[in-house]
Amino acid sequence: MVQRLGVVAESATGETRVAATPDTVRRLISLGYDVLVESGAGQRSDFADELYAQAGAKIGSREDAWRSDVVLKVDPPAPEEVGLLRDDATLIGLIGPALRPELVETLTQRSITVLAMDAVPRISRAQSLDVLSSMANIAGYRAVIEAAHRFGRFFTGQVTAAGKVPPAKVLVAGAGVAGLAAIGAAKGLGAVVRATDPRPEVADQVRSLGGDFLAVEVEQEASADGYAKATSEDYDRRAAEIYAEQAAEVDIVITTALIPGRPAPRLLTAEHVASMRPGSVIVDMAAAQGGNVAGSVAGEVVVTDNGVTIIGYTDLPGRLPAQASQLYGTNIVNLMKLLTPGKDGQVVLDFDDVVQRSMTVVRAGEKTWPPPPVQVSAAPAAQPKPAEGATPTAESKRKQPMPQSRKLALGGLVALGLFLLTAVSPSQLAGNFTVFVLAIVIGYYVIGSVHHALHTPLMSVTNAISGIIVVGALLQIGHGNTVVTVLSFAAVLLASINIFGGFAVTRRMLGMFSKD
Amino acid sequence: MTVTTAAQAAYIVSALLFILSLAGLSKHETARSGVVMGISGMAVALAATIALASQSISGTGAALLAAAMLIGALIGLWRARIVEMTAMPELIALLHSFVGLAAVLVGWNGYLEVADHSGEDGGLTGTLLGIHHAEVFIGVFIGGVTFTGSIVAFLKLSARIKSSPLMLPGRNALNLGALLAFAVLTVVFVMEPHIGLLVAVTALALALGWHLVASIGGGDMPVVVSMLNSYSGWAAAASGFLLDNDLLIVTGALVGSSGAYLSYIMCQAMNRSFLSVIAGGFGVEAPAAASDAEQGEHREVTAEETAELLREASSVIITPGYGMAVAQAQQRVADLTRALREQGVDVRFGIHPVAGRLPGHMNVLLAEANVPYDIVLEMDEINDDFAATSVVLVIGANDTVNPAALEDANSPIAGMPVLRVWEAENVIVFKRSMATGYAGVQNPLFFRENSRMLFGDARARVDDIVNALSAARV
Repeated sequence: MVQRLGVVAESATGETRVAATPDTVRRLISLGYDVLVESGAGQRSDFADELYAQAGAKIGSREDAWRSDVVLKVDPPAPEEVGLLRDDATLIGLIGPALRPELVETLTQRSITVLAMDAVPRISRAQSLDVLSSMANIAGYRAVIEAAHRFGRFFTGQVTAAGKVPPAKVLVAGAGVAGLAAIGAAKGLGAVVRATDPRPEVADQVRSLGGDFLAVEVEQEASADGYAKATSEDYDRRAAEIYAEQAAEVDIVITTALIPGRPAPRLLTAEHVASMRPGSVIVDMAAAQGGNVAGSVAGEVVVTDNGVTIIGYTDLPGRLPAQASQLYGTNIVNLMKLLTPGKDGQVVLDFDDVVQRSMTVVRAGEKTWPPPPVQVSAAPAAQPKPAEGATPTAESKRKQPMPQSRKLALGGLVALGLFLLTAVSPSQLAGNFTVFVLAIVIGYYVIGSVHHALHTPLMSVTNAISGIIVVGALLQIGHGNTVVTVLSFAAVLLASINIFGGFAVTRRMLGMFSKD
Repeated sequence: MTVTTAAQAAYIVSALLFILSLAGLSKHETARSGVVMGISGMAVALAATIALASQSISGTGAALLAAAMLIGALIGLWRARIVEMTAMPELIALLHSFVGLAAVLVGWNGYLEVADHSGEDGGLTGTLLGIHHAEVFIGVFIGGVTFTGSIVAFLKLSARIKSSPLMLPGRNALNLGALLAFAVLTVVFVMEPHIGLLVAVTALALALGWHLVASIGGGDMPVVVSMLNSYSGWAAAASGFLLDNDLLIVTGALVGSSGAYLSYIMCQAMNRSFLSVIAGGFGVEAPAAASDAEQGEHREVTAEETAELLREASSVIITPGYGMAVAQAQQRVADLTRALREQGVDVRFGIHPVAGRLPGHMNVLLAEANVPYDIVLEMDEINDDFAATSVVLVIGANDTVNPAALEDANSPIAGMPVLRVWEAENVIVFKRSMATGYAGVQNPLFFRENSRMLFGDARARVDDIVNALSAARV
């Protein structure tokens, strides 16, 4: 029996996203599933029911959708929604198991399987289903747009007839996915962008997007799981200095610092905010986890006494609903691909796969949270370096070029040999040698400049011209001696094959090479 | 001006034209005019020689000459028209064997003619006769080795015999012994010329050529073919010495050094010395390494998933190998390239110097399939770009993309320059099975996090991808 996927409408207030778009529905159906979409589920992302129907989904009621074999969702389910699930169903959505232990308890009461989209391990293979990344990307972009909306000036510097406009200065704290998206968006609007991050290894990524990386020069351990860690005291002191300097200088601050399973670190204190110019804007993307900025309020916009706007929206991805739904839906499709190895519309949960294991919060009514830790091997610095000279590396096994002295000695020997050979030979042979040696040198230099791609045509041309041996045979044919004539007949024939065949095939090959 | 001096002048002209021809081949833009130079050079040389020969040739001789050239030309043109580009290595090897055989025949004739005239006034005497005999011997020997060596290479390349190396006990001693025997025979022949000795040296050369190439495996064929190319040149040069003909010497030397240079490049690309290739048998030094069968788990991917990955990619690099030629997949690969480029994906090719069975073989195959040559890049040009590439398609290549060459000092291919495909975001490896490549070395690339295996016939799989791509567009 083919299993049915149910796409339910979100009940949380302010939620605009939906777990599947018409485009992703089509891809889910190609995995062999039936798809049922709750009527109106895509409305707030501008996806009408008809579009889903066109993509091949059935449209049904709320109960129908919730009674599917697999329920696809964005937000964590409300307690009464858990009751709507049928036994042995699978629920997929942003569960937040670390933040909502009571929800995990409720889910465990039922004989269901729950996969948390926000518990994908950070390994490169799982990137295509990492919702946190795709949502953070949208949020980072939107944070810049919100800031620009509240900011009373241009982002880009201009020289106009009405005077010179300096570019806005933007500080992005935290160069994770959201931070990088914010850097890119702010740079795209023309601002001068700076970024900080406790992980020095992201400096190149910041620069690649056109931002300046403000390094906090303190010893920090490399990140083992791909997320930033809590920072040391030394670091915090140095970072505070940087923030103090920057706060007084920049127009826009976007903070993205989050540490999994902990309250957000406080980056900007009340004094920092007070030192900012009136009209400056702060977007605190961590407002929901307590905020990076003193005075930010989750979900609200606050204006301080000195005229600094602090934006604490927690629904930044949802403010681009169609885009967020599309990316979330694609993450779901990629998860379903992983769960449907046979492409036959049957969910198969493989607990040996570290990705699937990590995401599973409840399996058939049994709590499987928290999963065993996943070590990401992405930290190259963690590899112990072999002691200098202890073991030969593969690179050092490359052949060493001949030392200069040996080269000279060899050259001298060849020259001497040639001298002796020519000196003792009769003049005719000496002449031949001269020609021979010079021709070799010319050949070496001429061939050395031939392009790699033309080596095959080169070989067929040399094939053709080595047919020049026909000259020898031609002069031997038809001089009385029958054996000689027969042999030279054969030689002429063979060499002619070479000459004509070689040139013809070269021309054919070269005719095929064409430029764009 | 006599006919003879005119012929000498013509030879100089044609030697110059040959040099210009090879120089022209250095760039795509000038390659075609290079071939025209070569053809004109050959035409000048032939005209001069025929004029020279017509002074003394008999009627039957002239008829035979015309017949031989006509038959040869027809066969040559016919083969050149119908040859498949995947079969170029075989054709080239076969053509080498012709030069080798022709050199043997010319050498024999040289001996027979001199033997005829030895009693007469015009005959050679003293030192000159000795030198002449030595030249006959050397010419026949090189020609013989070239002949059988090329025949074996041809048979191996066209899969008429198994391409695995023949491992005779003490094969290096056999080769050296043959060379020594040749030296001894030469000395004896110079002092006491006898037709029996000539027969003996011919047989010796033929046997040595056979054994030399038989003990080299299929994957080393790029080196072998260019080495034989070199030998065919030396054979022609030796005939030039024998006949006191500067044109033959010049041309032979050009071809000889060209082949030697190509062999050198190929050896560099494999980080092996020329001698070790000639000595034959890959991995003989470290056969134990070949037995680590499994190094981890590989992941499979379907053609549809690959198509999707490609559609979402910004840049794609295709690294073809001999497997693409075997599966005759180049046309489909070109179709795929076109389809992706139409969708705005940046597609390029990365060619390892020893990919295929002939230097530059992959370039010719891709050119035949109408892939523009400016997106086909060689290893050094493209190796730094892999890190910024979304998807790499490895089609029928194995050892040339093996990370062990750079990372594992104990690997038999350690130090060989390879295409660093594993630095890309995704690597799709087209393969028929998990078997090892020519070097018999397991490839850790297959077990990397970012690698996926697409099993099956390369041509069918690429076809599936093209279909999946076009299906998704409607």
